Amino acid sequence: MKTAIQIKNLNFAYSGKQVLHDVTMDITARQVTAFIGPSGCGKSTLIRCINRINDRIPGAEVTGGSVEVHSIDINRKDIDLQELRRRIGMVFQKYNPFPKSIYENVAFSSRLAGLTKRAELDEIVENALKSSALWEEVKDRLHASAFGLSGGQQQRLCIARAIANQPEILLMDEPCAALDPLATLKIEELISELKKQYTIVIVTHNMSQATRCSDMTAFMYLGKLIEYGPTMDVFERPQDPQTEAYVTGTFG
Amino acid sequence: MFDPETLIRKGLPKGHFKDRIVRTLLSGVTYSIVLIAALLFGKIVVDGAPVLFKAEAPFVDLEFLTAKNETLHVFDDEKGNRYQLPASQYSAYVVKNGAEAIFNEQTYSYSGGGIIGPIAGTALLTIGSMMLALFFGVSAAIYLSEYAKQSPFIHAVRLAILNLAGIPSIVFGLFGFSVFVLIVPVITQDPSDRSILTIPLMISDYVISFQGWSSSLMAGCATLACMILPVIITASEESLRAVPQGFRDASLAMGATRWQTIRKCVLPFSLPGILTSSLLAITRVAGETAPIMFTAAVAAKDDLPWEGVDGPLDVLSSQVQALPYHIYTLAARIPNSEYTQRAQYGSVFVFLVLVAILSLGSVILRSKLRSKLKW
Repeated sequence: MKTAIQIKNLNFAYSGKQVLHDVTMDITARQVTAFIGPSGCGKSTLIRCINRINDRIPGAEVTGGSVEVHSIDINRKDIDLQELRRRIGMVFQKYNPFPKSIYENVAFSSRLAGLTKRAELDEIVENALKSSALWEEVKDRLHASAFGLSGGQQQRLCIARAIANQPEILLMDEPCAALDPLATLKIEELISELKKQYTIVIVTHNMSQATRCSDMTAFMYLGKLIEYGPTMDVFERPQDPQTEAYVTGTFG
Repeated sequence: MFDPETLIRKGLPKGHFKDRIVRTLLSGVTYSIVLIAALLFGKIVVDGAPVLFKAEAPFVDLEFLTAKNETLHVFDDEKGNRYQLPASQYSAYVVKNGAEAIFNEQTYSYSGGGIIGPIAGTALLTIGSMMLALFFGVSAAIYLSEYAKQSPFIHAVRLAILNLAGIPSIVFGLFGFSVFVLIVPVITQDPSDRSILTIPLMISDYVISFQGWSSSLMAGCATLACMILPVIITASEESLRAVPQGFRDASLAMGATRWQTIRKCVLPFSLPGILTSSLLAITRVAGETAPIMFTAAVAAKDDLPWEGVDGPLDVLSSQVQALPYHIYTLAARIPNSEYTQRAQYGSVFVFLVLVAILSLGSVILRSKLRSKLKW
């Protein structure tokens, strides 16, 4: 089992307000790792530390510890942030396709990289849409607006857009929060398909979703990592009383 | 004990008369405003439309729109027929019939011919100042909304920009005069006497001379641009902020740089909003008299802006006529008589129609783009 991401004693603060306390965990490659916990427990903050998308938020800063991706500390001064984010794709809670065509959405990152050859772009778009199980539904209207798709399709389009970059790691911040159960099911099927190729980290509010599609689960509470282990263990034989209370639904 | 019978009122509803009075008052105020507007537009249309429109084809007095402005000569011939001729036709008449065929001659400045000069000048001033204001305004808005940290200092900057919008236009006119007309540097080989400071450039005998651009199209454009900058900046910043945060996140998360994100995921989606709000600024630029009267406008000019010039720079550094200033000249500088009314009413009417078209255009464009770009 290869470790893809190592989080070591990570402390993180928004404008001086500490939101992550000494989080330490190893995330294994080609597995699905789920972060669960009540709202405000820091799970979204933690996932956003992995591709440094928090940089954009004024006052947000790592106050201690490190995040290493394949043994490289990503908070080093000389990190190539753009390349880092190319290697670590992200899907957000609210699906956010650009107001462009389906094709242009998926081709976005390739165009950023300066690719202009039509045939190559076509291939990238087709492969990404196939990998995100969207191809059959949209192949006849690639140049129609992405906003014409249903919510679930738009979220899968966002996944296609992220994997068109051919990342190593895929971060998903509550990808099903805005979707209905059927669309959620499709995304979950997609996740189990994608983990063959990508290391997936998923934040979820939905505990049955965590049991259905993750291999490892991390339970967080008040900015601390309370328990981390194989999903079955965390849900069936929790070591910590807080975890037990949360997964059995007594609180949270 | 609850008596259901109390639900049925006896007599009129409560506050019946008060409601009626308030309603009548408020509607009266509202309609009197509409009435004022209707009277204003009605008067201009009634007086001005006959100048521009004619009963026979092509139904529009093209001469008034396309001819240059001239002095009007009013005179009788020996048979007592009254003539009204613009200066050029008058001199042809004199050449043909001799000066002794002219009786009771009167002249009216600016009242003959058409208004192509002012229309062209206003068009150039508008285009130039909008280009300047859009470039500076959108740049500042991008900095304020995308790059700047939201510190108290930035809030103060924003407040200062907003306050700029409240400065009377005549003050902008004087500011433009003292800065753009008198001080701003130019690169030249022969600096003028009023140059405040000259710095030699070491390239042949060129110097940077702080002598201003004198009263010219570019000084006028710069002054007008300063005047509408706050409007453009505020509108642009609003449009930029209206672009959902998610687009920026998505773009950054795919490895785009900040500038790539702005260029590809923020600006294109806010541009329609920026442009429609700017169209409203156009009507202001086209309509202001005060900022250009010291910086660019001239009452009479024989050549159109692009006639008799050496190049684009020459166009920029010469004075122009402008519609609002022309109207001011017609209203304030010449005596009012039956012979001047055609120019006076006609100019105001044409001006009003132009501004109305611009406003209408911006309203239509805005509603169209709104329905098109939604997220």
